[in-house]
Amino acid sequence: MSASIRIIHARAIDAHGEYERLSLGIREGRIVHADATPPDGLWDIDIDAEGLLLAPAWIELAARLREPGATHKADIASELRAAARCGVAAVALPPDTRPVVDRPAVVDWIRTRVHGTGSPVQVHILGAATVNLAGTEISEMGALANAGCIGIAQCGDALRDTAVMRRVLEYAASFDLPLHVQPVDAALAGEGCAHEGAMATRMGLPPVPVAAETCAVGQWLSLVEATGARVHFGRLSSGRGAEMVAQARAAGLPVSADVALHQLLLTDAALRGFDTAAHVQPPLRSEADRATLCAQLAQGGISALCCDHQPHEFDAKNAPFDLSEPGASGLDTAWSMALSLLDAEIIDGPQLIRACHTQPLEILGQPAQGLAVGARADLVLLDRAQRAAVDPRLFTSRGRNTPLAGKTTGGSVALSCIAGVIEHESLDAHRLHR
Amino acid sequence: MKTSAELQLDDDGRLRHLLTTEGMSRELLTEILDTAAQFAPVAGAPVKKVPLLRGRTVLNLFFEASTRTRTTFELAATRLSADVLNIDAQTSSTSKGETLFDMQRTLEAMQVDMFVIRHGSSGAAHFFAQHAAPGVSVLNAGDGRHAHPTQALLDMYTLRCHRPDISQLCVAIVGDLMHSRVARSDIHALRALGAREIRVIAPRTLMPSGIETLGVIPYTDMDRGLDGVDVVMLLRLQRERMRGSLLASPGEFHRAFGLTERRLAQLGSEALVMHPGPINRGVELAGDIAYSPQSLILQQVEHGIAIRMAVMAMIIGRGPTA
Repeated sequence: MSASIRIIHARAIDAHGEYERLSLGIREGRIVHADATPPDGLWDIDIDAEGLLLAPAWIELAARLREPGATHKADIASELRAAARCGVAAVALPPDTRPVVDRPAVVDWIRTRVHGTGSPVQVHILGAATVNLAGTEISEMGALANAGCIGIAQCGDALRDTAVMRRVLEYAASFDLPLHVQPVDAALAGEGCAHEGAMATRMGLPPVPVAAETCAVGQWLSLVEATGARVHFGRLSSGRGAEMVAQARAAGLPVSADVALHQLLLTDAALRGFDTAAHVQPPLRSEADRATLCAQLAQGGISALCCDHQPHEFDAKNAPFDLSEPGASGLDTAWSMALSLLDAEIIDGPQLIRACHTQPLEILGQPAQGLAVGARADLVLLDRAQRAAVDPRLFTSRGRNTPLAGKTTGGSVALSCIAGVIEHESLDAHRLHR
Repeated sequence: MKTSAELQLDDDGRLRHLLTTEGMSRELLTEILDTAAQFAPVAGAPVKKVPLLRGRTVLNLFFEASTRTRTTFELAATRLSADVLNIDAQTSSTSKGETLFDMQRTLEAMQVDMFVIRHGSSGAAHFFAQHAAPGVSVLNAGDGRHAHPTQALLDMYTLRCHRPDISQLCVAIVGDLMHSRVARSDIHALRALGAREIRVIAPRTLMPSGIETLGVIPYTDMDRGLDGVDVVMLLRLQRERMRGSLLASPGEFHRAFGLTERRLAQLGSEALVMHPGPINRGVELAGDIAYSPQSLILQQVEHGIAIRMAVMAMIIGRGPTA
């Protein structure tokens, strides 16, 4: 039985608005009281949240936990611990583990490992669209659904041709599974590792044109139009790609999209000095792309925000740029850097919660939560006054690889409560009473 | 994160490594060319050696096949009396799984003073310089599509021998700009020396995006691009890129972008022709042009040794580095 918790006098945000005063009562992992006036009664833990910002926890749409197959980078236990510490209540796992999540046995194996950690963080597994993600043979999606996969994904791996793309979409729809795609035309992307533009040209890095994304988005949208099947576009990087998805959404197509936080905060200028921490796929793009991605997130054309968590060991990044492994460790900077979007007035508080909590739950097919009575008590207290430069040495994830090192945060996670259990708190002593 | 231009200088603004010509000051570039001029007579002396780098060890680490360039580096180091080691890194331990970082540590343990490195990845020399132990320098002999600074320096040296005031010149660089580290380094060097105008001429398939931000004017029409040009710098076209999705055929490339006798005649007798070699006769240029009076191609090869001697001497020939 978990301890009962009372949080009083918080400022709060959820998807619907901002609240000057909100007090919560939490029992048995659920919110039992949510009102401007504090709840009465006896509570095991009493928290005075005056001056802090209360928000529903982050739901992460793409977190590589590196297990099975790459435990030299991270493991399920380490990354779920980091998620809980960082105010992330649920994570979706892409299927590109080794072995690939293309059969129920791998799903069962991951579930067993997750269960063994005792973590309260919910893990949603995406099954592979094709066997071994090779892009040719459709996987047993029915069996994957029965094993508990909540969606199907092909990650950034290519499907053989448009016929396979169509069949994957139709087959997934037969089992009511949404397809998560990372839109990239493999031929156009080639061996590219940097946005096609002045920076890549100057540095002599093989380029990835914007058309590598927009061509793929266009093909998928045509197939969605033809089949009516659901597609979630993950990790959009180009302004044009975002606009195409936004137009499709406005036209009523069943599509959604997310953008990685680093795409909103950085451009290809971060590649200066061949900084391999800034080697991500899709690549960091131009200032115009960044600005459009921000605008589309604010307007809802892009529905969700993710951190695209990809922890790496030191050696993976300690190489010449194109030989280094792409990806950034994102859990530790999710909240702290997302808050900086509020400072930059890119989005407001409710838009942020929609993007990092409400919409991801919907995309993953999970019930709505938030700060309402009856919701699972997944929440954070954010201290907007605790700003600091991002320091990877302090990360809880095993991956210290971030292109955001040195960036000033918009605040910190002062308390993380997942399923009614306090997983982390750095509150002043006077605020918390047991 | 330091850029290559910042990383290659020590606190006093002197060369600590040589990674790129980008961001190099006119003064430093001119100093290198002047130093090369001092070394040039060594080749004609009865004893082709000076004792400047006696006791120093230069290690040629070539991850890409190269006979000519490696030979000129080896000759340059030998003429400075350095001990020279050659490692054919294509068949060395990196192919057995050793990381570049570990390889560098291992080789540094052999008390090497300078790595001359050629690698297929842009930024590879920068990576070596970032991790270099105190007193160990890195000389970039070509990294991916990024930079080939000694080629650009020898090009500037050769050009200066014939046209002392480079600021008066309009220079066209022609060919595979997409994949060329030579082109990038030449552009930066020409800019540093204040060339009046730099043009780049290539089909769109070989023209990198945003190249105009390097301070050049792009042309896709060879005849228009060559109009009024003083110097034509031709780039080598790799054989595997002559057919396929980048170009239709070597013949069509030659007709559209090759330096033909007709085009050279239109430029006039004062125009100069350069090529980093090895040339593809009938592709980048008509065969006879290579050895015409207007061609500087063989001089470029000859000057490569003096330039490499100059750079080595400036980096490790002036006492222990930081």
